Amino acid sequence: MNEKFAPELLESKCEIVECVMEQLEHMLSTVTKHEIPVNIWISASHEQSKNMSSLAPHFFRRATDRSREENLRRARKGDLKVSIHRMEMERIRYVLSSYLRCRLTKIEKFFPHVLEKEKTRREGESSSLSPEEFAFAKEYMANTETYLKNVALKHMPPNLQKVDLLRSVPKPDLDSYVFLRVKERQENILVEPETDEQRDYVIDLEEGSQHLIRYKTIAPLVASGAVQLI
Amino acid sequence: MFCEKAMELVRELHRAPEGQLPAFNEDGLRQVLEEMKALYEQNQSDVNEAKSGGRGDLIPTIKFRHCSLLRNRRCTVAYLYDRLLRIRALRWEYGSVLPNALRFHMSAEEMEWFNHYKKSLATYMRSLGGDEGLDITQDMKPPKSLYIEHFLPRWKCEQLIRQGILEHVLS
Repeated sequence: MNEKFAPELLESKCEIVECVMEQLEHMLSTVTKHEIPVNIWISASHEQSKNMSSLAPHFFRRATDRSREENLRRARKGDLKVSIHRMEMERIRYVLSSYLRCRLTKIEKFFPHVLEKEKTRREGESSSLSPEEFAFAKEYMANTETYLKNVALKHMPPNLQKVDLLRSVPKPDLDSYVFLRVKERQENILVEPETDEQRDYVIDLEEGSQHLIRYKTIAPLVASGAVQLI
Repeated sequence: MFCEKAMELVRELHRAPEGQLPAFNEDGLRQVLEEMKALYEQNQSDVNEAKSGGRGDLIPTIKFRHCSLLRNRRCTVAYLYDRLLRIRALRWEYGSVLPNALRFHMSAEEMEWFNHYKKSLATYMRSLGGDEGLDITQDMKPPKSLYIEHFLPRWKCEQLIRQGILEHVLS
């Protein structure tokens, strides 16, 4: 969810993606055996991000509803379990796909800046790109540069053949406003002025409160998980 | 006036609604490049004159031509890049194989770009965990129901409808 609302590419969450993919595969294999590993799903959800675990209670509720309607269900018991199981899988697959698509769109949109950021990344700092995304971004850049060069630039006067993509392609707008909900109380957040007439001021963020604020101000809080974008 | 043709290219795309790809204007592009060549050559000779002949009064003209050259380049690159973005959208809309009508509107180089893009995307999707990876061009909308227009007897559906698993399609 954070990824969808953030104007820039957030840190790559490879481990979670891999974990979810593994879960999907596991669920797929158990569906064919007509079993429901309720316990496995619930425990795994605790390891995953909050978004994923919100699916778990829903799943669990279905199971308890069903136990009350045993007689009616008996005839279609196997069938129903499989259906519900499949439903969960579809939803998980959708959320995962949506997340990855969102990231890819941002990578393509801001490709020179994303690659530049990765190039100038310091040792020990975590990357915004997974290795596969990095490869994709490089290929995208090379592909586009080669195309522009062959179709137009090489036919132009010699002093105009180089185009600085970092300047031509727009940067992510970090000043755009975002909605957020506070998960951990924060004190003394410095809000910089937008216009010259304003001064900077300091605010406290109470747990559970919701705000509309410039992304730049709270960017580190999104990364640390102290706030959730909505 | 200079840059007219380049502006026309940009206007052509501006007029085409989102998602549509008009035919590649090879002629237009060629004309812009020719104009750029002419402007550059005129500038070259003027620069030489200004340097050796001391013709300082030529400098504003040189500057003006240079601005035109930059404008031409900007319009051209914008035209080409915007088309690439539209073509990219086609992959997400139509899948790997494009309808013939659209293919005729693309230049050979655009086709090549598209093929490279497709391959890049496929490599990325394949790498997403597991053996076959995840096709993220599927599942564009959240799944609402498991079966599409399934006709079930009402008493069986009732529970499922109330639980939100199925939707009653009144058509």
